[in-house]
Amino acid sequence: MPMALSINGQLHAVDAPADMPLLWALRDILGLTGTKYGCGVAQCGACTVSADGSPIRSCSVTLGDLADVKITTIEGLTGSTAKAVQDAWTALDVAQCGYCQSGQVMAATALLEATPKPTDDEIEAAMNGNLCRCATYVRIRAAIRAAAASLGAPHGA
Amino acid sequence: MAHEVELHRRGFIVLAGAGLILGWAPAARASAPEAAAFTQTFLRIDTDGTVTVLAKHLDMGQGVWSGLASIVAEELDADWSQMKVEGAPAAPEYKNLVLGAQVTGGSTSIANSWTQLRTAGATARAMLIAAAAQRWKVPASAIVIKKGVVRDASGHQAGFGELAAAAAALPVPTEVKLKDPKDFVFLGKGFQRLDTAAKARGTALFGIDVRLPGMKIAVLARPPRFGGKLKTFDAAETRQVAGVTEVVQTPQGVAVIADNSWAAIKGRTALKLSWDDADAELRSSAAILETYKALAGTRGGMISLQRGDADQAMARAHRIVEADYAFPYLAHAPMETPTAVCRVTDGLCEIWGGIQSQTANQKAAAAILGLPIEKVLIHTLLAGGSFGRRATLDSDWIVELAEIVKATKAAYPVKLLRTREDDITGGYYRPMAYHRLRAGLTSGGEISGLTQTLVTQSILYGYPFGAEAPPKSDPTATEGNLVDRYDVDDATLRWIPGQAHVPITLYRSVGNTHTTFAKEVFMDELARAAGRDPLAFRLAHLGSRRRQAAVLKLAAEKFGWGGKPAPGRAWGMAVQEAFNTHVAQMVEVSVAGGEFRVERVVCAVDCGFALNPDNVAAQMEGGVGFGLSAALHGEITLSGGIPDQTNFDTYPILRMSETPRGIETYILNSGAPPTGVGEPGATPIAAAVANALSAATGTAFHQLPLKFPAA
Repeated sequence: MPMALSINGQLHAVDAPADMPLLWALRDILGLTGTKYGCGVAQCGACTVSADGSPIRSCSVTLGDLADVKITTIEGLTGSTAKAVQDAWTALDVAQCGYCQSGQVMAATALLEATPKPTDDEIEAAMNGNLCRCATYVRIRAAIRAAAASLGAPHGA
Repeated sequence: MAHEVELHRRGFIVLAGAGLILGWAPAARASAPEAAAFTQTFLRIDTDGTVTVLAKHLDMGQGVWSGLASIVAEELDADWSQMKVEGAPAAPEYKNLVLGAQVTGGSTSIANSWTQLRTAGATARAMLIAAAAQRWKVPASAIVIKKGVVRDASGHQAGFGELAAAAAALPVPTEVKLKDPKDFVFLGKGFQRLDTAAKARGTALFGIDVRLPGMKIAVLARPPRFGGKLKTFDAAETRQVAGVTEVVQTPQGVAVIADNSWAAIKGRTALKLSWDDADAELRSSAAILETYKALAGTRGGMISLQRGDADQAMARAHRIVEADYAFPYLAHAPMETPTAVCRVTDGLCEIWGGIQSQTANQKAAAAILGLPIEKVLIHTLLAGGSFGRRATLDSDWIVELAEIVKATKAAYPVKLLRTREDDITGGYYRPMAYHRLRAGLTSGGEISGLTQTLVTQSILYGYPFGAEAPPKSDPTATEGNLVDRYDVDDATLRWIPGQAHVPITLYRSVGNTHTTFAKEVFMDELARAAGRDPLAFRLAHLGSRRRQAAVLKLAAEKFGWGGKPAPGRAWGMAVQEAFNTHVAQMVEVSVAGGEFRVERVVCAVDCGFALNPDNVAAQMEGGVGFGLSAALHGEITLSGGIPDQTNFDTYPILRMSETPRGIETYILNSGAPPTGVGEPGATPIAAAVANALSAATGTAFHQLPLKFPAA
């Protein structure tokens, strides 16, 4: 029986077994391939999406657990914080291969929504589960600081 | 889906013939888009002015698509905002001029494309100017191009798109004048990568993201031991898994094919399999290393490099220093596992993925599918990392995919998904290596005689590609060794091929991953034994290697070498020339409570002319992280021939908290032609950290990953 999933503000009827991880429903059934497969066991963060505003690993949450949960993927990411993060990512040329960056941007956006002015230690604590094999961490840190600064800047500045 | 639309468009790009003009396949043009107004081997110009560079190389993160486009943009005097890039098809005119086939490796992409793409850009520019001259009835010398706008003195003005069709109708000039580099208006000043916004928004397309109508997902059950073979399998339970549509045996194992990835993964778990390990590697990695250690004490193998008489020079020496260094197997672990899609329709095979060895992959697929080579189209997409994994000499990941397509009679497009476990346990590792170094020191603290014995599998000639004993020396095993990199009059390098039935391959910076560590840690040990400063000791032995000496001096100046580290801090350095690029790195580590952290890295690099200094810095930062990951964590071990590590929980890679908060890059422009930066930055860091830890603790570090505190 199809399940109703709330993804990026829309309800989708997904005909898939309840034990299917959200990741595969997003990528294979809904065609939302911005969310990446990296490890399948919640060890790398490439599949990070937002569930009711909190970052989760979509590889390790099953469809059966998602009744009444609002999911936001990188494709549906909106708002001033997300824009500031993505703009900073672009301005600083953070990405190298870029494969993990959807997850990094999701995690960074969640961090800044919860903690608008994070310290370096807070950035590390929030981002440490998001692996980047290209090791773009130096620029991820810098981009988060830049995004935080731009959000905190006076209007119009 | 937007991606499907894009793929259909890409699908109509066909092999270029011997001529200059890229054609469009008549058979495949059912709904082909309008051809570009102006097409050459390496670029197209559309009527809207978009300049699309056809990149013969793979962008696996190193930024080379933007780098290639920047070369064209400079000679064409295009505006950066009008530039686009896409992967070139597999065809002879796109071969790597250094490596002789279409393949990305050896940090050669920019170096071998430099003149080729400058010429392509200058040719297109000359044709646009000729077209404008005809249209405006003015001499070509009266026309200038600036940021994509063509003008003459009398007020005529046009964009590239308006002139493209007319330019395409003109004869192609056989000789064009390239700019004098001092007249460059774009290169060398820094620009943003073309792919960065898409990557921040999740819209960049990787091979694993490709979705085609009717496509199935396959996962492959492979032998748990390298060299093992399938004995029996029972797929009864697998076929009961909802979504599983077919199970086929292939030469590599058993493929479970399903409507989605999850069903394929579950279906594979339900297989009952038995394996024949008669030809399999059954040893532990520790046992293999013991054989390498024993070999290091012999005079087997071959002398790869020799100057003077090392034994005699050591006999004259004041004292002798010896050390052994051991290195494990390493998995590349790109974040996007090597995953590709294949479709065969009407005798035309198409493959989509982050393809690194187009020529070899194309040939391999053609042979398996019984097609002429020109009937295999390669669509090279962005790769989510590679670090060499996609460049396997036997095209393993494309072979596996083509065999599944063959076994399913090409009834539908197939994506062969490689899970992380498949990736980590699947071999094609950086080979294990064991070095023994021995050197004499004069009473004045100079090296007098040096021998380096290096035991490691041959990447180019050994298992599984050919004979057990390589017929000749293998630079992928020995490059970057001490004999070759420092001035020592009497020195011998012996390479003894290690034997193991473990598939291995190229890995970011290849032989330099282990030779740099052995070389640079040993140089520190010699400096300590000689009572000399490690910088002065190195410089004393780099007399003929001025570019290495120069980056060391620059790094030392920026780092403040010669001062004194704060309490609890220690310093170390290392230098290497890799792929004609010269890199020195100096580090500060903090040591407390049995733990250490790399606090600061200063990196000096001479890569000739730096097209995009910010991307050079990015590659140095990433290289430091990649090398540090191997120094802190990287290790694949085998028990009974089976890899012990399976995913990121057991094969950790560097995290943000382990990354130095300061990585500074200084570019020394020697004025030489550009050389690569994708690999060299990854080489010195491990040795620099080990040398800093030795300075802190007084003990030497003789293996990677670093065991700290030393036992």
